[in-house]
Amino acid sequence: MGIVSPGFTGRQRGGTELPPGQYLTRDFPVLSAGPTPHVLTEHWEFTVTSETGEKYRWDWAALMALPAEEITKDIHCVTRWSKLQTTWKGVSLDTLLADVETGADYAMAHSYGGYTTNVPVDDLLDGQSWIVYEFDGEPLDPEHGGPARLLVPHLYFWKSAKWVRGLVLSDTEDLGFWETAGYHEYGDPWKEQRYAGD
Amino acid sequence: MERTAIRRRLTWQVATVTDVRRETGTARTIVLEVPDWPGHLAGQHLDVRLTADDGYRASRSYSIASAWSDSQGSTIELTVEQVPDGEVSPYLVDVLKVGDPLEIRGPVGGWFVWKPEQDGPVQLIGGGSGVVPLRAMLRAHAHTGSTTPFRLLYSVRRPESVIYVSDLKELASSDDVDVRLVYTREAPAGEPRVGRIDADVISKYAFTPQDGATTYVCGPTPFVETVADLLVAAGHDPARVRTERFGPTGGPR
Repeated sequence: MGIVSPGFTGRQRGGTELPPGQYLTRDFPVLSAGPTPHVLTEHWEFTVTSETGEKYRWDWAALMALPAEEITKDIHCVTRWSKLQTTWKGVSLDTLLADVETGADYAMAHSYGGYTTNVPVDDLLDGQSWIVYEFDGEPLDPEHGGPARLLVPHLYFWKSAKWVRGLVLSDTEDLGFWETAGYHEYGDPWKEQRYAGD
Repeated sequence: MERTAIRRRLTWQVATVTDVRRETGTARTIVLEVPDWPGHLAGQHLDVRLTADDGYRASRSYSIASAWSDSQGSTIELTVEQVPDGEVSPYLVDVLKVGDPLEIRGPVGGWFVWKPEQDGPVQLIGGGSGVVPLRAMLRAHAHTGSTTPFRLLYSVRRPESVIYVSDLKELASSDDVDVRLVYTREAPAGEPRVGRIDADVISKYAFTPQDGATTYVCGPTPFVETVADLLVAAGHDPARVRTERFGPTGGPR
């Protein structure tokens, strides 16, 4: 279906393969629903709460003591920009969840400032997600989620919760902030799952 | 209107351009006839999709500039600011003409919205074309006959940069609406202040934290970052400050 837009030629085709409907940017735009929280590392804490209510905690020093990885990934925002080969440093969720006793299928990421987003546990494991605290070799700016954010680069970037402070694991799927506001519950950029029902 | 909150699938539909209005040297309002528009909340946006004759497509999101009422038929308005080196906005601002079809999909977004039934006064703070969704809220306020106190702080570079000049005059004539412009580069005669919104402007013209207002801030990312930080520093509850940012962060990366 569809129409032709009279007089529209668009940019040159070809080149980099991007998910459908995305365009390339060299900037690093920001999508946030409210003021940027400014969280000091001395007050920072990350918790994982299992489906039985058991809590696992890391303060900043504990996070820094864990083995870190350098990550280079393409990122795709639902507002249609994609940024290629972004470089991060952080701790794999495989490491953080290694000693967590859980059989839960779903996780809700919670952030300082009240933001939430839901991600299946399977999408957090096997080298697919990290808690990152450096971007491009520098400490992560508050605007971009510092001191630490979730990074789940194979999903639209709203899933990579800025200012992350914890994961709550659950047997049932709840919806997070943008998901409740009409965005897709899963958010695969390659299937162009932008909005509910896509 | 509550149906917009239901998780339903959004499909592309073909709208027809019925009017275009030049707002500034770089911005244009496009009036669209949309036969199957389901209605929208003030502040929501939609996706526009352009297709070249070889099938190449490009899409972008734009805030809806108008309020929805069943009485106005099936018309909605978009106001588009041309982005330098943009792919879609130059077409919408300079090429698209009355009678042309335009594919759209929406409405989208359930956070940066104002509902007439919500509690408390409303503070709107816009920078440049960030005024677009705020204008939709002002329009909704006007046509629902709401007496909720509204204040708009609108930051522009110079008098020629003001979008919705006549509209804002009309809206400001309401007892419940206060409109104040802040000029960052060049002010009109009789307006002594030239400069960005700062703590002083916020304390003079915005609702205070005690007023229980919901504040909507929309504009380029550095503008929104600055204003939202000023509001929080002035004692406003971050949970009552809703933001919508566009464009790069302004930093080197």
